[in-house]
Amino acid sequence: MKFDNYMILEFPSKSANEAFARSAVACFAAQMDPTLDELGDIRTAVSEAVTNCIVHAYPNSMGTITLRCRILKDNVLDIVIKDKGVGIPDLELARRPAYTTGGADRSGMGFTIMESFMTSLEVSSELGKGTTVHMRRRIRQRQ
Amino acid sequence: MHFTSFQEDGKMTVALTGEIDHHCAKNYIQAIAAKIEAYTPQLCVLDFSEVSFVDSSGIAVVINALRNMTQIEGKLVLTGIGSQPMRVFRASGIDKLVEIKEAVS
Repeated sequence: MKFDNYMILEFPSKSANEAFARSAVACFAAQMDPTLDELGDIRTAVSEAVTNCIVHAYPNSMGTITLRCRILKDNVLDIVIKDKGVGIPDLELARRPAYTTGGADRSGMGFTIMESFMTSLEVSSELGKGTTVHMRRRIRQRQ
Repeated sequence: MHFTSFQEDGKMTVALTGEIDHHCAKNYIQAIAAKIEAYTPQLCVLDFSEVSFVDSSGIAVVINALRNMTQIEGKLVLTGIGSQPMRVFRASGIDKLVEIKEAVS
């Protein structure tokens, strides 16, 4: 697939990296001239995906999270966030609004927010191998 | 995490600051619960004027505060919510569960 620009990041599943990851993606996306709302949506979706890796993929250990961003033609931002953690046993259940295995400090709204803030969302997961979240957001070109 | 709170005539205002994500949400949840338990206000106002970002962890902060206030038969109100937090609260439907006053946009 043709792309104009890309970046790849790798970092450990420390919760301090949630802010780092969403800020890094926002800085990269800035060259696409997004509105503040578009940028806010992208930061939120990245924060959700990275938080899922930290809370669910590596519940009792530190693991590696890989984040790749590309700018595709027609001003589409393509984001892949990948872990090598425990995997998701039931994807359909995991994506259901308000479903969480994370306890009272989690709302279970992560996937719902990713779905509503991004143009597309694909999740693939294999038990014991890890999870990949692939999302895209079209940035409206301003005149 | 940094927040300030003040209390007057049964109304407690908790002003949150910065970015609310999973990294700091647990501390906010516990701190707000402790304030509500200590002061048992009739009205608790969560002020988001100085909050620049929330993700779904922010929803958990609001839901937990709502639960705490419901337990003591009090009321929870959100105020000063900026554009990005408002989009998250609307996407999650929390704006239908909790009264929101004076949203910034």
